[in-house]
Amino acid sequence: MAIFEVIHPGIFTTIQDLGRKGYQKYGLAVSGAADHYACRMANLLVANPDKSAVLEVTLFGLKLKARTPAVIAITGGDLTPTVNEKPVPMWTSINVSEGDVIHLKGTRSGCRAYLAAAGGIDVPIFLGSRSTDTVGKVGGIEGRSLKKGDVLNIGTPSADARSGRRLSTSLIPEYPKEVDVRVILGPQADAFTSKGMETFLSSDYKVSTKLDRMACRLEGLEVEHVDSADIASEGNFLGAVQIPKNGLPIVFNVGRRSVGGYTKIAGVITVDLPKLAQVKPGDTVRFHQVELSDAHRWLREQERTFKILQSALRGG
Amino acid sequence: MKFRYQPAGDQSILVEVSRQDDEETNAKIRSLSKLVEEEQVSGFGETILGYRTLLVTYDPLQLTFAEAVRKLKSLEREMKEVELPKTRVIEIPIVYGGENGPDLEAVAEHNQLTPQEVITIHSSPEYLVYFLGFTPGFPFLGGMSEKLATPRLSNPRVSIPGGSVGIAEGQTGIYPVKSPGGWRLIGRTPLALYDPGKANPFLLEAGDYVKFKPIRQREFESIVHEVETGEYEPVISVKGGNGHF
Repeated sequence: MAIFEVIHPGIFTTIQDLGRKGYQKYGLAVSGAADHYACRMANLLVANPDKSAVLEVTLFGLKLKARTPAVIAITGGDLTPTVNEKPVPMWTSINVSEGDVIHLKGTRSGCRAYLAAAGGIDVPIFLGSRSTDTVGKVGGIEGRSLKKGDVLNIGTPSADARSGRRLSTSLIPEYPKEVDVRVILGPQADAFTSKGMETFLSSDYKVSTKLDRMACRLEGLEVEHVDSADIASEGNFLGAVQIPKNGLPIVFNVGRRSVGGYTKIAGVITVDLPKLAQVKPGDTVRFHQVELSDAHRWLREQERTFKILQSALRGG
Repeated sequence: MKFRYQPAGDQSILVEVSRQDDEETNAKIRSLSKLVEEEQVSGFGETILGYRTLLVTYDPLQLTFAEAVRKLKSLEREMKEVELPKTRVIEIPIVYGGENGPDLEAVAEHNQLTPQEVITIHSSPEYLVYFLGFTPGFPFLGGMSEKLATPRLSNPRVSIPGGSVGIAEGQTGIYPVKSPGGWRLIGRTPLALYDPGKANPFLLEAGDYVKFKPIRQREFESIVHEVETGEYEPVISVKGGNGHF
């Protein structure tokens, strides 16, 4: 079994999988990787099952020492990964040897990188998931972000795990400083004036410094309500764009609270959520309205790609 | 009113059950939630209860929005048959005032009552748990007397100890874990509403009632000890009749 030791935890590194489902009605967040696409690709490259746990590394600083050999892959935001100070390719499975030091120095593009190790990070499963929830203080290691000296045990790799697997360039996303995300309007679209709706769909919004796994808060022109920004508290969904009284959009991510009492103008479609998971303070976000049937078609196309890659993996 | 079904993003449906927040609406929302989860319709995921709504997640790879709505409408027709579990009343021991309830006197003063009157009024009703949310195990309670309504603090506290019981406008609630907050604190319970170390980490469920029982500081300490050692058994009774509507 492979083992990594945390030499430096970086500013915020957590253990995540695809989330803890079924407990939002008790107020427990779903958690999981903020960027599902990059997380799933990292697992795929090292031949892990889709639900294996990986490291989610924010912006910069993580330094790990391999105490044993392992096969790893790093995807997501380009945080300048090196092994023993030498640059290593991303979106590619690579071997690390005993004593190697893996370092994610700092962001060149994107906000969050995912480091998967063949076999998956082995921490106890809590309510169906290994995901770290720092609010509920569960999952990962003691429900917290990594700290210096933590030891990460890796599970048993699949027989298909090997180095040298590389994702086709066409499947590797870019993480520009300006992103266009597509939304489905509702459920409270009628709480906004037509001027407010136009502002929302035609303005450039800047990502504020208050950015975390709970939400991406935006700054820019205020979206005008008809009268009130308050609603009776109701379930909050992934990608929900909430507009409170100050008129500034907040887009909810995996760490969001399960209920909220402010109007939601729209929801970001699933295939575009990774773009928002990779923005940084100061980046620009624009919203575009699309139809639900199109959003579902794009999601099916993306799933087909995952299926094809998974079967190719088993074929060799 | 007929239920209203709306897309909420591309993986959820918001079912608006009523335009009012009342106990009957809450029973309907709980029934629909139970049906969605128990029928195990393939393609449906989890549900989140609100005051007037149920949010149902679905997998668009298995169901279109129209198909999901059709299935929910057929469940809506079955709702009358749903037997809700017998209603539990959970006793919440609470120390009012002092360092555990630093705003008790302010709440009394605001409402021209004595602190003892606030305690009597607050500990009299059985409060319905409409749903849990916000933070793990946080109950949204209904049924507080209007005589106790008090505005939130203009300057929220940075840290409130877990178990604190507060008032915000016409609502009362219990903070399960240490968190910041602006509610007026009138007391504190030694019970853990959220304990991730337990197989079932949540003390309360939507549809439960809670009844506050005033206790003294000494009893508080001994219950804290029993909770820590796992000896404490919550006092639970069954409310008259069942929750069938």
